[in-house]
This record gives sequence, C-alpha cells and structure tokens, in this order.
Amino acid sequence: MQEFLVIIRGGKDPGLGSPQEMQEHLQHWQQWLGELMASGNYVAGQNLEPQGLTVLSNATVTDRPLAEGKELVAGYLVLRADNAAAAAELAKGCPGLPFGCTLEIRGIRQLH
Amino acid sequence: MTASQNIDQAVNHLFRQASGKMVAVLVKIFGTENYALAEDVVQDALLSGLETWKFNGIPNNPEAWLFRVARNKAIDIIRRRKHQSDVDFSNPDQLPPSAEDTLEQHWQDENIKDDFLGMMFACCHPDISPENQVTFILKSLCGFSTREVARAFLTSEDTISKRLYRTKAFFRASRIRPHIPPPAQLSGRLDAVLNSLYLLFNEGYSATQHEQLIREDIIAQAIYLCQCLLDHAHTRQPRAAALMALFSFHAARIHSRLHIDGTIIPLSQQDRQQWDKNLIATGNEWLNKAAVGTALSPFHLEAAIAYEHCIAPNYAATNWKMILSYYDALLQLTKDPVILLNRSVAMLEYAGAKAALQSLEALEGHRQLNRYYLYHAVLGEIYKRMGEKEKAVACFEQARLLTAAQQEQEFLAAKIADT
Repeated sequence: MQEFLVIIRGGKDPGLGSPQEMQEHLQHWQQWLGELMASGNYVAGQNLEPQGLTVLSNATVTDRPLAEGKELVAGYLVLRADNAAAAAELAKGCPGLPFGCTLEIRGIRQLH
Repeated sequence: MTASQNIDQAVNHLFRQASGKMVAVLVKIFGTENYALAEDVVQDALLSGLETWKFNGIPNNPEAWLFRVARNKAIDIIRRRKHQSDVDFSNPDQLPPSAEDTLEQHWQDENIKDDFLGMMFACCHPDISPENQVTFILKSLCGFSTREVARAFLTSEDTISKRLYRTKAFFRASRIRPHIPPPAQLSGRLDAVLNSLYLLFNEGYSATQHEQLIREDIIAQAIYLCQCLLDHAHTRQPRAAALMALFSFHAARIHSRLHIDGTIIPLSQQDRQQWDKNLIATGNEWLNKAAVGTALSPFHLEAAIAYEHCIAPNYAATNWKMILSYYDALLQLTKDPVILLNRSVAMLEYAGAKAALQSLEALEGHRQLNRYYLYHAVLGEIYKRMGEKEKAVACFEQARLLTAAQQEQEFLAAKIADT
C-alpha cells in the first residue's frame, strides 16, 4: 500500500441552484468520504478557501493564488491504495466530477 | 414506510429551512426592497456551509453555523454600504448603521420566528394575487429554486420568474415591512395566509400528473408552514388548528389514492388499511384544539368532513348524514358551487340518485361549473345509478373532454366502459 495525494481542482460547484440541491450534493460527499473511511483508504483531506497568498521567486507576496477558476486547487485528499490506478479508481467516485472538477493523483514518495 | 415518515423526512430539509429563516431575517434587516441582496447572502452562507462540511462533516448545530455566517456577511454589507442609499436605515425596523451589535439580536430564536411569520404575512399581502403569493412563499420561505417551483406547479420557469418578478417589483414599490399584523388587523390577514397555505396544499394534493415525490414535497411544505403559525402565540388560532387537522386527515390518505401505475382509486375502493393512523390521530388532536372559541371557519367544517371519512370502517358505513349536515353548514358560510357539487355526492350516498340530482338543479347552466370536469363526472355517476346509461355516458364523455390530466381521463374512460 502506498499513499497518494489527490489534488482537487475547480473551486466552484456551478449548477447547484437550490438549497435542496446543495444539501443533496453535501450528502453525496459525506457518503463518498464515509465509504473511503470505512474501507480504510482514507488518510486525510481538507477543503481550501478560495482566497490566499502567493510568494513569488523574487520574494514579493501577492494577495491571491496564482491559479483561477478551473485550475484553482479546491482541496486535497490523501488516500491509501495499492497503486496509482487503484487510487484513480477510488477518486472516480468524487461527487465534484459531474460539476467539472478534475482530480490529479500523485504518489507520495517514501524513504524506504 | 408510512406517509408520516415520508413527510417527516421531507420536512427534514436543513438547507431549505435554514434558507427560509435566513431570508426572513435578512429581509427584515435590508428591507423587502432589497430582497435580491438577502437572497445573495443566503446563497453565500449555504455555499460556505457546503464547502466546509464536505470534508469536515456537519457541525452539531448547523443552523446556528449558517446563521453566524449570514450575520457576518450582513455586517460586511452594512459596513460597505453605510454611505449608499440603497438600504434605507431611516426605517426604524431596520438596522441603524452605528449599531452593528444589535444585529446580534435579529438572530435570536424568538426574533427569527417572528420574522419568518412576518415574511409569510408580507408574501400574503392582499395586493399580491393568490398564485403569486404561493409562488413567492415557496421561493423565499421554503427555499425552492425557480426550477423547483416550476416543477411543483407544472408550469415553465419563465412563468414562475415573471410571477416572482411581479412580487419583487411590488415589494420595491411599496416597501412593505414584514411583520405579524397588530391584533386589529390580524384576523383578516391571517385568513389570507391560511387560504394561501390551503392553496399550496391542494396543489400538492390534487391528483393531476404530478410525480408523487413533488406532491409530497409540496404537502410537507404546507404542513410545515402551518406548524410555524401554530408554534406562535399570536397566530395559534382555532382556524389555523382546523387547517392543520384538515391537512393531517388528507395527508393520511395520500398513499391509498393512486395505483402504482398512477391511476386514481376512488374513495369507495381505497384500501383503508393503508391510511396513516398516526396522521389521523394527529388530525384529531388538532381538531380538538380547533374546537375552542365561537368562530366556525370553513376549515373546521372541511376538517370535520375529512374526519368522518377517516373514521369510517368502510365506504358504506360512512356517516353520510353527518357529512351532509357539515356541507349544509359550509353552504351557510360560503355559496361556493363546488361545495354544492361535493354535497351532492354525500346526498347521492345518503338519499339516493334522485335527491342528488335535485340538489344539483340549482347549478344547471352555471357557467363556471359547466367547464369543470368533476361536475359532469358527478352527474354521470348520478345518471348511472338511475340506470340512465346514455345520459351517464354523455356526461362522462363531456367530463373527459374537460380534463387535461391523463390519470383523470383514464379514470373516466374506465367509468364509461363500466356503464
């Protein structure tokens, strides 16, 4: 088993027009993450605020992240899986996918 | 699963209910003329909740969490707009710009309840048409999107948008302040609100081509709003309790009214085992609570009729005599021809086809009823019982021409085949 970082891009969930749809979307997320926890694949995860700072190579600080819209990192997960393909298979269940978010899956390097 | 469980579940809509309450409080803060601003803040607060709770789970008191976010956003807006004129701070009901702290008290439970009912009364202002009233109630207090309202009313989003627009324009022009009317005006204004909820409930209850889920959703909303009225000392009036009793008795029967394929099952053939005993008991409690004071409202009588149907062990054992007396009392209160029509059905069962036909004579040539499919369907049933097959079929045919609902057409086709 190896750990993988799942980078979730695409900050907004367009198309969620009503409180009811938002609540249903939330329930889908809870169900998905709940299943990953129950199966032992879930290690960690956080959602990120859309605003932030960027430190450039010349050490100046800008008051926004570099990426915007679909490229913006919205959150991340750390999953435990046999290999990248298995981690990608787990990631396919992400309820954000139908709303245009993309998931980048990267193995976390280990010392041994 | 019983109807009451379904309805409990449908009511358990955290986002929707929080949305309705937040809209009410924010409209109080910003004024009805800034309704759109209130909606934006609510949308923002709900999105914050969604994004935060996705990964972290829902906190213990999610509603308080959402209210805190909405309150902070409202404070931001007030700070930014202090020097603009679009929020009228000369209105004593609204917030003085210097006193952000008093914003806190807007979000106390008791105030939220007042504001919620205040908004309900604002939506049912006598200058707003009944259909616009129910539309705006669903949008503002029940958290329905335009698309969801359109589905509920079987109409286009465009139509709903226009209705909402008219109400918003009315709010902007008249600067209605949402509040529970003072005692001198309460009675008439409460009637308007109750009638609006009655309309909303009927929209969900009438067996047109609605999907079951939407129907139950609308019914649950009407019950929820009526409960809010009954939870408040000023609006906890006997006729509100009577309306709740009526809702409960009708809702108890909802699952026995349609076959799985959606065709209508008449009352005489419904499986009474399927009727929800808990909801009937709830209706009973409300009917008892409604029986105080001297005022007898149409809701009391309609609830009493529904009660008689609910307690009859079978169709034949229905106490038609009692039901007839309630219809007579209803006709004393209102000269509604539809009530006279419904009364004739009770008459048919109690005194036979001839008496029923006589009771309908007063309606002959009534222009509005002539276009109402049920009038012809009832006439058909009466003629059928008299053995006048040709007349019966002609009436059923006429009824079939007058309804657009497929379920009703199929029901009538079966009647014709059976005559």
